[in-house]
Amino acid sequence: MKKICKNTLKVQFPSLSANEGMARALAGSFIMQLDPTVAELADIKCAVSEAVTNCTVHAYRDTVGEIYMTFKCFDDRTVKIEIKDKGCGIEDLSAALTPLFTTDRENERSGMGFTVMESFTDKMRVISKPGRGTKVTLIKKLSPISAT
Amino acid sequence: MIGDNTNVKLNISGDTLTAHISGEIDHHSAKGIRECVDSALISYSPDSFVMDLSGVSFMDSSGLGLVLGRYTKATDAHIDFSLRGVDARTARIFDMAGLDRIISYKEKKKNEKDM
Repeated sequence: MKKICKNTLKVQFPSLSANEGMARALAGSFIMQLDPTVAELADIKCAVSEAVTNCTVHAYRDTVGEIYMTFKCFDDRTVKIEIKDKGCGIEDLSAALTPLFTTDRENERSGMGFTVMESFTDKMRVISKPGRGTKVTLIKKLSPISAT
Repeated sequence: MIGDNTNVKLNISGDTLTAHISGEIDHHSAKGIRECVDSALISYSPDSFVMDLSGVSFMDSSGLGLVLGRYTKATDAHIDFSLRGVDARTARIFDMAGLDRIISYKEKKKNEKDM
């Protein structure tokens, strides 16, 4: 059975670090309609924070570019969030996905961004073209609402 | 107060400097926290340094970088480093990176009461 998209939100904003907090607050606001648990809400906010930070720190390093986010929620309580940039892209994706790998040690980046995104969601997809940009898709299915 | 920052409250008692971190730690706020704590470490040059995260309401992997960085700075300067007030969510991120192998932050609940 095909799941039905119940609601959508599209936003675009510049890759300023001040917008990291705004992006995760938006993610939190969007999923409130699904009545998430406190843990689910925190997981999604953290995963989105990581994705947007990657755009700010890596994709648009030393510059400011646009970040595009799309939120979708489905009738089976799945949330799908896309975070897209038109930045530098990732040269070596498998290295980037490796825990503790970072290209920015001097700024104390921990290299755990993708690992956190992966752990806090059910599915993470990364498509990247060097010189063109990166799209991260995060999918999380929320638990059924309890009867209480 | 040296290096004031809205996310950091510094407290010096004897030879111990404590930095009470509060609010949201992300890439945006980490820079200010880092500068504040590092300048305090230099000015006070304490024997031991405590990083207290009990007031933190949100943290992503930027917080891990912040803690690891302060641990390295303190240890290099022969300052005893300890980490306090780490809740279950924060511990999950620290655990992912294996931070528990170099810093102990899993304390018993009863010690956390006086926050």
